[in-house]
Amino acid sequence: MTVMRKKRFRLTGETPFDFLNAFFMLLLMLLILYPLWYVLIISFNEGRDAARGGIYFWPRMFSTANYLAVFKNGKILQGFFISGSRALIGTFCAVSFTGLVGYALGHEHLMGRRFYMALGIVTMFFSGGLIPYYMLIRNLGLRNNFLVYIIPAMFNFYNMLIMMTFFRSLPKEMSESAQIDGAGYVGIFFRIVLPLSMPIIATMALFNGVYHWNDYFVAVLYIDSEKLLPIQTILFKIVAESSAANMLTKINMPDVVAQRQITSESVKMATMVITTAPIVVVYPFLQKYFVKGIMIGSIKG
Amino acid sequence: MDTPRATAPLNPRKKGFLPRLLEQWPLQVIALAGAAWLILFSYVPLPGIYIAFSDYKVTNGVFAGAFVGLKHFSEFLTDKNLPNVLINTLAISGLNLSIGFVVPIIFALLLNELKNLRYKRVVQTISYLPHFLSWVVLGGFLISWTSEYGLINQILFQLKLIKTPTYLLSDENSFWAVALISQLWKETGWNAILFIAAIAGVNPELYESATLDGANRFQKARYITLPGILPTIAILFILQSAYILSSNFDQIYVLRNTLNANRSTVLDIYTYRIGIQLGRFSYSTAVGLTKSVVSLILLLITNKVSEHATGSTFLR
Repeated sequence: MTVMRKKRFRLTGETPFDFLNAFFMLLLMLLILYPLWYVLIISFNEGRDAARGGIYFWPRMFSTANYLAVFKNGKILQGFFISGSRALIGTFCAVSFTGLVGYALGHEHLMGRRFYMALGIVTMFFSGGLIPYYMLIRNLGLRNNFLVYIIPAMFNFYNMLIMMTFFRSLPKEMSESAQIDGAGYVGIFFRIVLPLSMPIIATMALFNGVYHWNDYFVAVLYIDSEKLLPIQTILFKIVAESSAANMLTKINMPDVVAQRQITSESVKMATMVITTAPIVVVYPFLQKYFVKGIMIGSIKG
Repeated sequence: MDTPRATAPLNPRKKGFLPRLLEQWPLQVIALAGAAWLILFSYVPLPGIYIAFSDYKVTNGVFAGAFVGLKHFSEFLTDKNLPNVLINTLAISGLNLSIGFVVPIIFALLLNELKNLRYKRVVQTISYLPHFLSWVVLGGFLISWTSEYGLINQILFQLKLIKTPTYLLSDENSFWAVALISQLWKETGWNAILFIAAIAGVNPELYESATLDGANRFQKARYITLPGILPTIAILFILQSAYILSSNFDQIYVLRNTLNANRSTVLDIYTYRIGIQLGRFSYSTAVGLTKSVVSLILLLITNKVSEHATGSTFLR
């Protein structure tokens, strides 16, 4: 036993391969973490100074000015507010609606179950395409409407299948004994099924939350009003501008353009760091759940 | 306490229609709500496909345009941009399907060989990290890293590998490489999850008996682990190859610009640009429909191949 423990906590094994492999993984982690670290130190460095280059490991002129600039920018703050509301409301609606439908369709004796399933399976293979869908959204009055983020993303047939599979794998005895005690379907769902289904709920909440927080394209298509733009769409526009500015400097445009672009670079980085931080902080804690969720999905899919 | 209250049985098969409906009405309400959502968002747009066969104008209704048959389809097949768009689509998908597919498997195999479990878990957690970055944010980082004074040029310059810094995304010849490498950086860890799970599912007795037979680790990886996860590899590869005409829209849309357009315009981007941005709705719908039909045929073929090769299908 003691021998085992010793072995487990040694970084590498005995062979050169073990050492090389562990070292290779270290390089891989650096390859992932260093570019992100670079963004972080640039965002904490004074803007003009950062533009001179040569910052690799630590901020040269430490400054929180970029972050203050972000928090003073009403447009960006509004973007965070929209993204946050969208992620919270959208995730709650999607997980509860998709989950409830999965619970209902999980009952073998549900009348019309085959019809409901067929209705969904067809949609996995046929769609009207972008333009007819665009016209539907317009006709429903969802253009320039916050609800365009919520309602069309409320249900997903594939996720429903995954949740249904999970619910059906739960032991039936508990639901049956609850029913004998007089609980109805709704009561069984909230008192028995839901508490046992936290792994799949957490997985779905993470997937939906990441989708809602990271999506920029729904707003590109359906939102004109600046007040309703989520942070990712605002960032997308800033990125597109800076991409254009990069090309301008390439074809030797006046320095004024380059100068304005460069000073906003650090502020852009700060916004991106704030945008990414919530997910990066949350995902390690949900890791064991989403690994399980992906496996359920792969079995079904 | 023990006297059972009068309740409806959980599985009342022998009752009539109405009592059954009354007993399961909460389930029916939920199921009907789901069906209503599906009909509204997935079925109502379906007849809109008609505009691919007519000359649709925004000012008129969907069915007001004159029927023109396959005009838009033949226009698409003779479109002078089509060869280039197809090459870009197939090249980027092909890179993702070959190198982009193999790298996560190698990563999973190497990760499996790590002795220290805590180290293994840390590596795995960090490998997921880039997956959670949005393409907008990663695109912004990439534009900054690849810019003339960005990280990559600075490092290459310091190492004296290049003489003059260049903005990589303005060079159309490096676009495919940037697309592949950024995809690998973002998704390798995430895509390895299924392989790691499959490796964990390989019967440990096989390793034990191989050890008794004197097999070394490379032999075990080659003759036990790899065959053990082969069904997973086959299914995922076949499934992914059905989507060869689709691209990662977000990735390409964020990284593309006018200077690299020649190598970055894939089918999905082309459909979007001529449809939404240039307002040729009928033509764009025809292109989208052609792509859907080809994808569906590919899916049915690959499903059959999968049935023969591994005995399992993904369509029920």
